[in-house]
Amino acid sequence: MKYLQEYRDPVLARRLLAELRATATAPWTIMEVCGGQTHTIVRQGIDELLPAGIRMIHGPGCPVCVTPLEIIDRALAIAARPDVIFTSYGDMLRVPGTSGDLLSLKARGADVRVVYTPLDAVRIAQENPGREVVFLAVGFETTAPANAMAVLHAASSGVRNFSVLVSHVLVPPAITALMDEPETQVQAFLAAGHVCAVMGWAEYEPIAAAYGVPVVVTGFEPLDLLEGILMAVRQLEEGRAEVENQYARAVRRSGNTAAQDAMRRVFQVTDRTWRGIGPIPASGLGLSPEFAGYDAETRFAVGDLVTRESPDCIAGDILRGTRVPTDCAAYGKTCTPRTPLGAPMVSSEGTCAAFFNAGRTLEHR
Amino acid sequence: MCLGIPGRIVTLDGDTDPRTGTVDFDGLRRPVCLAYTPEAEIGDYVIVHVGFAISLVDEEEAARTLAVLRAIPDAIETELGP
Repeated sequence: MKYLQEYRDPVLARRLLAELRATATAPWTIMEVCGGQTHTIVRQGIDELLPAGIRMIHGPGCPVCVTPLEIIDRALAIAARPDVIFTSYGDMLRVPGTSGDLLSLKARGADVRVVYTPLDAVRIAQENPGREVVFLAVGFETTAPANAMAVLHAASSGVRNFSVLVSHVLVPPAITALMDEPETQVQAFLAAGHVCAVMGWAEYEPIAAAYGVPVVVTGFEPLDLLEGILMAVRQLEEGRAEVENQYARAVRRSGNTAAQDAMRRVFQVTDRTWRGIGPIPASGLGLSPEFAGYDAETRFAVGDLVTRESPDCIAGDILRGTRVPTDCAAYGKTCTPRTPLGAPMVSSEGTCAAFFNAGRTLEHR
Repeated sequence: MCLGIPGRIVTLDGDTDPRTGTVDFDGLRRPVCLAYTPEAEIGDYVIVHVGFAISLVDEEEAARTLAVLRAIPDAIETELGP
């Protein structure tokens, strides 16, 4: 497949690894922010091929993992209503709430439907004028433009039986919060290529400067990741802390301004609690006042929600990169992708599921 | 959800709002919203996320990245000489 296969060439991968070995003279710890990158790194075993001392830690960039428990519980309460058709991206269905998940609710008869794109949810609303159609609008800056367009399209088409349960999150405030933690081990970041395809990379420049931390905008194929790691190591070795772009074929400095305009119209920046991490100021998006009428949270009163996480789950430490899945006693035993205790075991973008699917065991350490 | 895949635009739907078309992913064809890539034409490659093209693939930059990677000397070749 064009633009994928060329970036999986094992011969070039070996050369990049040799170049990395020749470049690295000291141990360095690098965080890949995005769950899609974690998936490639673990699946291909890239972290195990790196020169001794170069350590990858896996970041919080898994939307399935960081969507707050309160939103999942609210989604479950709304989806249980008989007048509601609840729509979602497929990988949210198994995310554990305080009691149960959307998939088990569907099995008990609730009308929960997986959509490929949020525009499908608007179409379902048009086809079912007597029902309320709710879309679970989660994700990072990559899905926000799509979810914004669904709201804009519903508004321009006069679709009133459509609403969104919004819990968008933003990358820059999260990496700032990680760098503010006194025990942080991160010395460089691989920024998420597709988030930057939308947002550009100007907002990472003050972070690189303030914390003296190199940021390399990186793609998702094995050669992209190896080159991103090499660029980060070169910066660390040379004492530079800049924003560089490895993923030049898809990312421009200004990003996608048409997508940013739609996001700015539909959403506004808000405080957000990250599952496993906690509240981070100005780290999310909620509906702007102009589109407040599309907010499922106000349209459906669900009463007080009492949330409770599994006491055995160490998802917070996994998402902050301070521990790995094989440090967890429940990993692979009571917690598997079929019976996840925590969200990082649900989606392939989650670090726990990535480890499990690559066959990493408790003895792997 | 958060996976972006490159594909080639094979048809444009004309005067739809938002702008839509069909994108070919190595034989698998899907309708895609092209509202955020107004400059994209048939034959262009775009990165698609949840049914939306979020970026036009820059062919020159793609080739340049590969050229840089191919220019890295192979340690074994260097060791063994020409």
